[in-house]
Amino acid sequence: MPTVYVNDTPVEIGTGKLNCIQAADRAGVLVPHYCYHEALSVVASCRMCLVEVGERKPDGTVVMQPKVVPGCQTPVKDGTVVVTGEYDKRDPAAEPLNYPADYTKGGKPGERAKKSQADTLEGLLVNHPLDCPVCDKAGECKLQDYSYGYGRSESRMVDDKFAPPNKPHLSSKITLFTDRCIMCTRCVRFTREISGTAELMVSGRGDHEEIDVFPGRPLENKLSGNVVDLCPVGALGSKDFLYKQRVWYLKAAEQVCSRCSTGCSVYVDHNKDIVYRLTARENPQANGHFICDEGRWGYHFANSGERLTRPQVKREGRFQPAPWVQLTPLLKDELADAAKGGGLLAVLSPFLTVEEAFLYATLFKGLSPDARLILGPVPVVGEDDRYPKDVRGNPVEPTTFVIRAEKCPNRRGVEAVLAHFTGSVTPFAEVVRDRPALMWFAGGYPAKEHVEAAFPTDWTASGTVVAQDILPTLLTASAEYVIPATASFEKDGTFVNHAGLAQTFGRATRPPHEARSELQLAFDLLGRRGLVQAAAVRKELAAAIPLFAPLAGDVPKDGVKLGS
Amino acid sequence: MPYEPVLLARVNKPGSHALDGYRADGGYATFEKALKDLKPEALTAQVKDSGLRGRGGAGFPTGLKWTFLPKDHPGPVYLCVNADESEPCTYNNRVLMEKDPHQVLEGVLLTCHAIKSQKAFFYIRYEYGDAFRAVQGAVDELYAAKLLGPNVLGSGKTFDVVVHRGAGAYICGEETGLIESLEGKRAWPRIKPPFPAVEGAFRKPTIVNNVETLACVTQIVKRGKEWFQSLGVPPDPKNPRDAGSYGPKLYTLAGHVNKPVCVELPMGVTCRELVEVHGGGVWKGRKAKAVNPGGLSMGYLDVDAPLKGGADGQTEYDIPLDFNGPGRVGCLGLGTAAVTVIDDQTSMVDVLHNTCQFFAHESCGQCTPCREGTGWMLKIVDRMRRGQGRKEDLDILVDVADRIGIMPGTTICGLADGAGWPVKTAIRKFRAEFEAAIRSGERSKYAKSLAMAGAH
Repeated sequence: MPTVYVNDTPVEIGTGKLNCIQAADRAGVLVPHYCYHEALSVVASCRMCLVEVGERKPDGTVVMQPKVVPGCQTPVKDGTVVVTGEYDKRDPAAEPLNYPADYTKGGKPGERAKKSQADTLEGLLVNHPLDCPVCDKAGECKLQDYSYGYGRSESRMVDDKFAPPNKPHLSSKITLFTDRCIMCTRCVRFTREISGTAELMVSGRGDHEEIDVFPGRPLENKLSGNVVDLCPVGALGSKDFLYKQRVWYLKAAEQVCSRCSTGCSVYVDHNKDIVYRLTARENPQANGHFICDEGRWGYHFANSGERLTRPQVKREGRFQPAPWVQLTPLLKDELADAAKGGGLLAVLSPFLTVEEAFLYATLFKGLSPDARLILGPVPVVGEDDRYPKDVRGNPVEPTTFVIRAEKCPNRRGVEAVLAHFTGSVTPFAEVVRDRPALMWFAGGYPAKEHVEAAFPTDWTASGTVVAQDILPTLLTASAEYVIPATASFEKDGTFVNHAGLAQTFGRATRPPHEARSELQLAFDLLGRRGLVQAAAVRKELAAAIPLFAPLAGDVPKDGVKLGS
Repeated sequence: MPYEPVLLARVNKPGSHALDGYRADGGYATFEKALKDLKPEALTAQVKDSGLRGRGGAGFPTGLKWTFLPKDHPGPVYLCVNADESEPCTYNNRVLMEKDPHQVLEGVLLTCHAIKSQKAFFYIRYEYGDAFRAVQGAVDELYAAKLLGPNVLGSGKTFDVVVHRGAGAYICGEETGLIESLEGKRAWPRIKPPFPAVEGAFRKPTIVNNVETLACVTQIVKRGKEWFQSLGVPPDPKNPRDAGSYGPKLYTLAGHVNKPVCVELPMGVTCRELVEVHGGGVWKGRKAKAVNPGGLSMGYLDVDAPLKGGADGQTEYDIPLDFNGPGRVGCLGLGTAAVTVIDDQTSMVDVLHNTCQFFAHESCGQCTPCREGTGWMLKIVDRMRRGQGRKEDLDILVDVADRIGIMPGTTICGLADGAGWPVKTAIRKFRAEFEAAIRSGERSKYAKSLAMAGAH
């Protein structure tokens, strides 16, 4: 096995083509870096990842290169020796390599790398405004972190700093604090290599260099928000998040985006049950390193003032709040009546988790084998949007990112549940004109258009409608019972994306006070007792439906492909 | 016996830039013969054996560079002529291009034949308008005379020369910066490897040669390598890695000399002889204080400092201007052999300010150490020049100058080495003067406040 020595620790690298940063990472050693990003081309310009490298010959002798090299640009192979600036914190159990005398005479291993990194940081701070107290990035800023870890405590720079004006016009969603920029050019490379739209560029030269857009061509593409995630410092800011919250108050929940069937892995950053932002979470099986703007900024519905937050019952044409303790027996009776007459129709939306769909299906089919289970409206907008684009806006191979036309996270998962219970999947359009005694509409749609587009303009309610949704729609207006639904941020569960990748996730925020999660409600109606746990339902589901068998145990972080 | 110029033999003739005159002087006969009789490999070997080293600054052996091209590459292979002569006080390429472009173009054709390239890109800096027009005119003449185009001289081979005018940036003279610029991108030097000989312009193998190097190729093929090796300095037998400094060299003189001229001399003329004899001495009857031996990047030598290892009475002024000489006194190298003289009435603080201003302005801004280092050094020197220097500033300057560049490994290209070298040599060699300037707190009469872009 090819072996690389990182700070004396041997690491097997297998057959992968790795650079020093990646090899060090396998040894658990962080090589700090700014410009390097796994998904982007290597430019080796920030000079933060400087390391010392050499080669260990088969006879045990070591030959070291006389100068520091950028770790991101330097590939490792069998026998490569990498000495980082943190050599002095190496694993004490590792046996020291036999470093040659001409290498150690100028200082201990790692000292040159350490000094070079401190020098780079001193350089980066020469023109940096150090306005951390008013900078949104403070707390998660790589310039802060690395300066703390690898830099000098005092600046020797006493002269005036350049203070180029900020560029709020960069885009409608993103602003540039020009003076904070460290010119890593990750954002520029992103627009050239991933989105292909190439709006960003570097203008000027030397320390007067700035990131800018071309006149009249602002940074408006559907992936633009990623440049904010990519920015290692506080230069590119999302206007949506700007000045909303200090990042150290935020808690990041590992979740799955619900806004299209790609099912991007995201971090949902929240505090006190309010979602403040979504950022991309790397998942090679789903989204890679990035997410789209629709998903990133599409969380506002959960914080919307219009949200249905408590159960309501229509009495004498007016909605009145109904406490759960009264409502649950009422609903049980309504369901039982309808089931008896064979007029129970349940619509399960593709925004439900598979656990919720499974439990609801169990409930309704348990009431009557004749109960009809229907797949809720599947919102489709336009066509799949593929990136990168060329100058004319046409997609170019190889594809780096796809925004799916299907704007829901779990059609495949809900379909699989429905198919198990009913043998086939009936789309909502086929039953919209039916007049059942009771229609239970389990929605959870983040936009009212998703629901309303599925109903003909002349549609009127018949029988009893139980509408469970997040936002008021024409359906909730004509319903007898209106039950608040929970947003994906408020759920535990599993989504199955367009390619059959099942990803489980945990709750980020709590639902509104008087709302109950779908799982809880199903538990109540089923008369089950005990604590509602999605994982327990998942086990039950995995045992009941063979397709979901892989979900029986712990699901890997990146999800698991079903049916393969 | 005075040296008879070869490269500059024709520059004073009337109409020296035209094809007729060049042909009358035996021009393109060498190319015709080489195309007919010499295989590319033989031509490469001839240049390699001559010991020709690149004239652009780094002094890399030219023939050796050609051999780095991948064997049996399906092509195309490109030649880039580096005429982005932006090193301050350097104008030897300009003389060649304006006055004798065909000598260079014959070298281009010979090189294209040697490296099996069909296309050469002649990258001329924007500021060289006359040179651009002269070279473009000469290329047009060659197309008209069917020395360029398809089936040159019935050989069945195609040769094309594209004259490209840069947009004015020092960094375009760095070979990969030049290639990026040629491709229409921002001239940010590329990370190496791959070197241009493997993957260069338009991702094809590319050789980048300096204008004077190509003029030398013409003369080597014409006169033979024995002639070339009869000039200059043979390799130092004590240094096995020394490739020698053979051949004629164009030296340009600038600064405080009586005659700022471009002279052609065999390699190895001493700095003193060049300035005192060929440059007519220091102007206004003054004495030289510091000399920049080969373009601003190479650093300064102290005219009065005794030469280490030299004979009695020899000073740094007496170093030979070959590829090794300037290195003996702590300078970076021969560079472009552009000698700038600074007289004893000039403040080194002002000199250093001018130097720092250039590099801060020209740093491409890609690598952090260079981008921030050059700017910081300028700010410090500027403050010093306004009489507000601090004692520790000198140490900071040397520290910053020492740590930026490819030699310590902190940048992609050599611009930062060139930016740091004049700073550290000036401060190390003239420290007393800098300290006196700081102590006195006097403001330089040339000082003005630094333009702060975007300051508000």
